[in-house]
Amino acid sequence: MLATGLAAVAASLKPLFEMEDITSAQQFMQKYYKELTPEDMAKVLQRIEGEVEKEYGVRPHVRDLRPMDGVEFVYALNLSRCIGCRKCVHACVAENNQSRSPEIQYIRVLKMPHGTFDLEKGDHNYASEQVPEKGFFYMPVQCQQCHNPPCVKVCPVNATWQETDGITVIDYNWCIGCRYCEAACPYWARRFNFTKPSIPAERLNPNMSYLGNRPRSQGVMEKCHFCVQRTRAGRYPACLEVCPTGSRKFGNILDPNSEISQILRTKRVFMQLKEDIGTNPRFFYYFDV
Amino acid sequence: MITAARNYLVFLRRCARVAFVGDWRYYSWMGVLTVIILLGLNAYAKQFAHGLIVTGMSDEVSWGVYIANFTFLVGVAAAAVMMVIPVYIYDNEELHDLVIFGELLAVAAIIMCLMFVTVDLGRPDRFWHLIPGLGQMNFPASMLSWDVIVLNGYLLLNVHICGYLLYCRYQNRKPTKWFYIPFVFSAIIWAVSIHTVTAFLYVGLGGRPFWNASIVGPRFLASAFTAGPAIIILALQIIRSTTHYRITDKALLTLRGIVQVSMIINVFLLVCEVFKEFYSGNLHVASAKYLFLGLHGHHALVPWIWSAITFNLIAMVLLVLPVSRGLRYLNVACVLSIVGIWIEKGMGLVIPGFIPTPLGAIVEYTPSLNETLVCFGIWAFGLLCYTIFLRMSVPILQGRLSKANEGISEPGPNDVVAETSVTSHS
Ligand code: SF4
Ligand code: SF4
Repeated sequence: MLATGLAAVAASLKPLFEMEDITSAQQFMQKYYKELTPEDMAKVLQRIEGEVEKEYGVRPHVRDLRPMDGVEFVYALNLSRCIGCRKCVHACVAENNQSRSPEIQYIRVLKMPHGTFDLEKGDHNYASEQVPEKGFFYMPVQCQQCHNPPCVKVCPVNATWQETDGITVIDYNWCIGCRYCEAACPYWARRFNFTKPSIPAERLNPNMSYLGNRPRSQGVMEKCHFCVQRTRAGRYPACLEVCPTGSRKFGNILDPNSEISQILRTKRVFMQLKEDIGTNPRFFYYFDV
Repeated sequence: MITAARNYLVFLRRCARVAFVGDWRYYSWMGVLTVIILLGLNAYAKQFAHGLIVTGMSDEVSWGVYIANFTFLVGVAAAAVMMVIPVYIYDNEELHDLVIFGELLAVAAIIMCLMFVTVDLGRPDRFWHLIPGLGQMNFPASMLSWDVIVLNGYLLLNVHICGYLLYCRYQNRKPTKWFYIPFVFSAIIWAVSIHTVTAFLYVGLGGRPFWNASIVGPRFLASAFTAGPAIIILALQIIRSTTHYRITDKALLTLRGIVQVSMIINVFLLVCEVFKEFYSGNLHVASAKYLFLGLHGHHALVPWIWSAITFNLIAMVLLVLPVSRGLRYLNVACVLSIVGIWIEKGMGLVIPGFIPTPLGAIVEYTPSLNETLVCFGIWAFGLLCYTIFLRMSVPILQGRLSKANEGISEPGPNDVVAETSVTSHS
């Protein structure tokens, strides 16, 4: 009787053998990001490089870039210029090693009819041959890097937090995948790995950072992080560089001479999305007037 | 000390052994449950290997029927207090010997709750990140960390109360008051807290107007105090018919009074909610519209919510009318309230909060087969636990399983013969 019982349990557990992503002992034991000493971190980065190499056959360069002093990043997007070509969406996928199947994208472009800001009127899945279309404007939405981020508040294990340069990051090795932050985010900016992400090896971007674009595993959360692997090394985010209309502006708001400071000082109309819920985004939409 | 430990071990061993004896009805019931549990385990193994992609959830609707069941069961667990309050505060005699069945139900319900949260995790292997000391608990900011604390606390409280009272009864001695009364009163407050905290889980999200309403908390309590005692009414009748345990109709009717009042309050709060959503007609009504009427041609939840409302209304009418003093109609009313509230708390509260998304997209959700099997597995496991708890506690309460008859063969399910001989020992 006991034997049949055990056999039945074993049989029902069989699907476990189909598992592709087996957690190693080191992965299981890995400490929380903020508790890692520099030596721990060096070891972890090396281990991750090894893991990526084993899986994709490419040796990446994984760094742990920290926020710079006296820097607070802010994004601004010119709604008068954006033509809705979605080049930013795809540049982001390539830069940040997002899963191609199932598809994960951090930026969602809404096609909005003129004269309204009611998001429910927006079209998420437009497939126009020619953009821009008459009578519409286009509004790309991504993580707004809130000053007061609900996603951080709700996370039960502190796996996501706001750094001093304003970027809210996720420790992919600490997230337990409860998806509470996804429910809490008012901008639908978070994406969950419902299964093991798949990225073609030849498309892998080897310039990686721990809190940024290193490959994620099944069952964890991810989202836009203003390309920390680039911006903390003095470069622009990938979405900005690829934008053919120059609609995207990015920079250090603490520097009064930066382009972004100038824009926010001089543009007569700019706005934050859903200002009424008090998240105070670091992402502004403005118009040429 | 050593004898005490030995005695306790003997007690546990005898209880465990009792769980394995019963008549054919007992064996077939347990057999069916075990098969369903194994099917659920198999489905969960698939999910563990391939990820939550085997469920119907998506980035748009990121919580589904797991969290819906969790929410419902927190209510069931909390409702055990509705038996405790009459007994310990109003000294209700009829219910006195039955409270323990309510508390055991709470234990089984919390076990199911914890399982539903666990299967919802993308990385269950990292659950230790939640343990204070070992991991990082975002307390007090995250409502989910509050929930972890209150649920586990409530589980411990109830396990202690039931375990202690049963062990005393087994040894045929009077329980020491200070060793359980303070816990009983903490459990009463605690029960309200588990449900309030679970409601706050939703209420606290400013970006989701459907949940971000203060009425959600009170509605949670009202519906819990309807569905919970309704389940207990049904469970008590099953216990009565299978074990000869003395349960009076009067006790059932006391519970009927609770279900009745709670249901009226529940329906009243529903009316308040619907009025607020629809009369003012602002843009935040989208989720409610999706739920009750359908939105832009999407109406997956509409038949569900209207059945729920119909069930609740019929149940309310039955409960108010004197016909439900008869057990037949009372049972119909109980079943209708349980199903109605399950739909309303589960599908009706969790899912529409996600539709439309904060960016206005409408993506619908239907649970997958695999997800459904996992749910059935957990329910079967919960029922199995509850059955075992009852199987152990009924003979103890009847005095057929006690320290006095140690060494004599274990009592069968129905032999009341031993009862007289045992009571004479005391
Ligand atoms: S936009 Fe969403 S994910 Fe980004 S910081 Fe704000 S709440 Fe968090
Ligand atoms: S999914 Fe991960 S990051 Fe989000 S709340 Fe849960 S543990 Fe935190």
